[in-house]
Amino acid sequence: MKIAVGAVLLGTLLASTAMAQTPLKLGFVTTLTGPNAAIGQDMRDAVELALDHAGRKLGGRPITVIYEDDEQKPDIGQQKGQKLIGADKVDVIAGVIWSNVLLAMAKPILENGTFLISANAGPSQLAGAQCNPNFFSTSWNNDQTPMAMGEVLNRRGVKKVQLVTGNYAAGRDMAAGLKLTFKGEVAGEDYTRWPDQLDFSAELAKIRSTKPDAVWIFYPGAHGAQFLTQYSQAGLMGQIPLYNSFTVDAITLPLQKDLALGVLGTQSWVWDLPNEANKKFVADFRQRHNRYPSYYAAQSYDAVALLDGALKQTGGNTANKDALRAALRKADFKSVRGDFKFNNNQFPIQNFYLQETVKDAAGNFTVRTLETVYTAHQDPHHDKCPMKW
Amino acid sequence: MRPTPRLVIYAALLLALALVPLAADLTGNRFYVTLANRAVILALAAISLNLIMGYGGMISFGHAAYLGIGGYSVGVLAEHGIDNGWLQFGLAIGASALFAFLTGLVALRSRGVYFIMISLAVAQIAYFAAVGAYRYGGDDGLTIFSDSRFVPWLRLGDSVTFYYLCLAVLLVALILTNRLVNARFGFVLRGIAANETRLRALGVPVFRHRLAAFTLAGALCGLAGALLANFADFVSPSMMDWTRSGDLIVMVVLGGVGTLMGPVLGAVAFVVLEQELSNLMEHWRLLFGPLLVIVVLAGNRGLDGLLGGRRNG
Amino acid sequence: MILALEQILNGAQLGLMLFLLAAGLTLVFGIMNLVNLAHGSLYMMGAYFAVTLIDWTGSFVLGALLALPAVLLLGIAVEVICLRRLYARSHLDQLLATFGLLLFFNDLVLVIWGKAGRTIALPGWLRTSVEILPGVPYSAYRLLVIAAGLVVALGLWFTISRTRIGMRIRAGASDREITGALGIDVASLFSLVFGVGAMLAGLAGILNAPILTVQSGMGERILVIALVVTVLGGIGSVRGAFVAALSIGLLDTLARAFLPDLLKVVLPASAAQTAGAAAGSMIIYLLMVITLAVRPQGLFPVRAR
Repeated sequence: MKIAVGAVLLGTLLASTAMAQTPLKLGFVTTLTGPNAAIGQDMRDAVELALDHAGRKLGGRPITVIYEDDEQKPDIGQQKGQKLIGADKVDVIAGVIWSNVLLAMAKPILENGTFLISANAGPSQLAGAQCNPNFFSTSWNNDQTPMAMGEVLNRRGVKKVQLVTGNYAAGRDMAAGLKLTFKGEVAGEDYTRWPDQLDFSAELAKIRSTKPDAVWIFYPGAHGAQFLTQYSQAGLMGQIPLYNSFTVDAITLPLQKDLALGVLGTQSWVWDLPNEANKKFVADFRQRHNRYPSYYAAQSYDAVALLDGALKQTGGNTANKDALRAALRKADFKSVRGDFKFNNNQFPIQNFYLQETVKDAAGNFTVRTLETVYTAHQDPHHDKCPMKW
Repeated sequence: MRPTPRLVIYAALLLALALVPLAADLTGNRFYVTLANRAVILALAAISLNLIMGYGGMISFGHAAYLGIGGYSVGVLAEHGIDNGWLQFGLAIGASALFAFLTGLVALRSRGVYFIMISLAVAQIAYFAAVGAYRYGGDDGLTIFSDSRFVPWLRLGDSVTFYYLCLAVLLVALILTNRLVNARFGFVLRGIAANETRLRALGVPVFRHRLAAFTLAGALCGLAGALLANFADFVSPSMMDWTRSGDLIVMVVLGGVGTLMGPVLGAVAFVVLEQELSNLMEHWRLLFGPLLVIVVLAGNRGLDGLLGGRRNG
Repeated sequence: MILALEQILNGAQLGLMLFLLAAGLTLVFGIMNLVNLAHGSLYMMGAYFAVTLIDWTGSFVLGALLALPAVLLLGIAVEVICLRRLYARSHLDQLLATFGLLLFFNDLVLVIWGKAGRTIALPGWLRTSVEILPGVPYSAYRLLVIAAGLVVALGLWFTISRTRIGMRIRAGASDREITGALGIDVASLFSLVFGVGAMLAGLAGILNAPILTVQSGMGERILVIALVVTVLGGIGSVRGAFVAALSIGLLDTLARAFLPDLLKVVLPASAAQTAGAAAGSMIIYLLMVITLAVRPQGLFPVRAR
């Protein structure tokens, strides 16, 4: 009996040593071409920083990262996902900025039994009925951030708001989120063609004719810079207050500059959050790249840290999916958001903050936290997810 | 038929395609099957385009629309929980044939550049119809959660099974195309392309022949689209983008216009170039673009021409 | 009412941009009988040239003006090196070769200008708005674009209808062989026409650059609409291109602006927008198919082809 146990133990030990030597393969899908390549670069920089902080080993296992460019197109992302599971045989896939790309990619990856960690996109489908034991998020569900925004609008006495957003999976979720909590009147909703409509003249003309108390927008990346420029060109800036979700950030501020002053937004992570992991991340990132990290970067950093924490528990083993899943669910890592806990749908339960645009001492534009809007907020879809653990 | 080097190469190509899953098993690289499968499905679409463009002289600049119609037929039925393959593929073939028939009724009355433009415009209408189909994801596209089901023992979810199914369909399409173009219908079609006035004078119902060929090509491409949907488990309007139609034309011309095996060769070459060139250099189109220009300027015989084939169009 | 006025101006702006593209397309189509899919690449190159030249000169106006001769030269180079060999070839050959050029240019800009795409910042005096009617402000830059488009259209009309070179171009558009027989240097005329067409496409790219992001592939969507304009207006007819471009610009903008609102009566907002905007885009192509079914030579046929 003792010998048998010993043999099993020895076997496990040998197996995990062998496992520890073969490098872990992580596929990281993001956008590296087109106007939003800057977002992809920010995420990539954060992944590299996280790996350096982890000593280029996750759970004691050396790691190779294969970066793939989805070109912000669902069909390309889908093909790249198939390549990562088919040709590269990666252990885990992470990244993905866009909800529509994620929705197109998810099925073959999850069916293959590969773990998928979203570092940004949080479509309501994957948070709700289509939640999957192999899918984790280190960002948020799309609805949550604008829900916090709706709460802010209520507190500020906004009675009538006009919504303008890109017409894709995330845009629709975001608008739904805002409408879930905003108690006033929605003067109008415009969903523009995504991503190729960059000319917002028709929508701006409508804003002028409906005369709302406030305008809310969701235009991540290059679109955000465009919208603010055109909003100002149309003479609306300063006339009708603008509120945003994911539109004013470290990626777009270098282009938006003073146009973003006074444009309030909500976030689950802001670079000035006072926890030790975050201080280290922000300081090292700024030192290395001479710019502020974005939430895209923070969420990517957390994705690698989450994986590191889980692999430490399994001794670097990725073959036992159930063990790895159980370890991931524990979320035993130092998140840049402070406390980090997964809900039943494997999306984080987290705080949301109100942020404003400011100029720092060196004259760079950045954001800072004004107040906490929600504490330990759960997304509105988690109860539609049948997973219990 | 003497075994010319060209025939040997074609036989070798088909044999190689048949052996891909084996090679993938031996090397442990399943991705070969994925690549070859894409090539086989695109080859089917290219064959259908070649039928009208190569033999019939009708330059359709909107052929990708039929891939989309075939794909969405599968996707939309699957979205409503209907995964019966006979029904899905029947709809794919029927809907694309109908769309081709209606397009042909309008477009085939014009010639030359006007024909090209009408085929493009009609394909754009199909493209925007998919963009506007908000129930089916619009621009974001539609994920297909269940594979088509035909008979219990044929599991399309298994990549090797599905690959051989596609290859079998390709072979049948090749055999049928060969018989068709060598039958009276094929001769008439080529005759119309070469000298329409003469055929008209001989009392041949030109319009009906062209319409029949156009409809047939649409149906075949719709079948390719249904296979593509099962292959990717995903359909989106970008399947019907006009540059996809351009890609199909490139495949046909690269392989050899108006030849039986040209489209297959072209599709395989296109997929291999896309994959290998993009591995070697990220900006592979920097070479591929000028290559197309050179192919055209050098006389446009395609790969089939290089192998000594004669264009019979 | 005020909303409609703004939308009409927006539509006119889109129409004029389409005209700048279609003018070159229709002349090249009409005179050299060339289907040029790479015309959208010249539009893109204009925008990229402007990006660099504005960077170098530090002045928006100077950079934009310098970009024009740059596109002109590029157009002539493309014509001399490649396209003049295609005039006598089949449409299939032309489609394929110019598609190859399109792929080439799309990757070339990625190599030269980077993958991220670029934006052009407007100078302060153009970033303001002007009151076109009391209480109705409109973007100063967009007014400038409309004015520039109108000036170019007028200049083109004058050149073609009132000058010697214009006469030759008209002669070339209606009968190539005779033009050559009259002792006109056809090769140079063709290069010039192509170059000017390229410059007009480049101008559209330059003018649109501050409103859009300058990126690889930016010419493709607008090229297809410009092709529709060209065929609708009648191949070779600049007047036809003008009428068709403005009609399509207005139709597209107004349909995109008002169809979703109409559909919102029966559908939820995002669904209405999806369906409405797509229907707006479909109308253009439907219009073309119907027009060609009724008038196979377009609205202003130059001659029987």
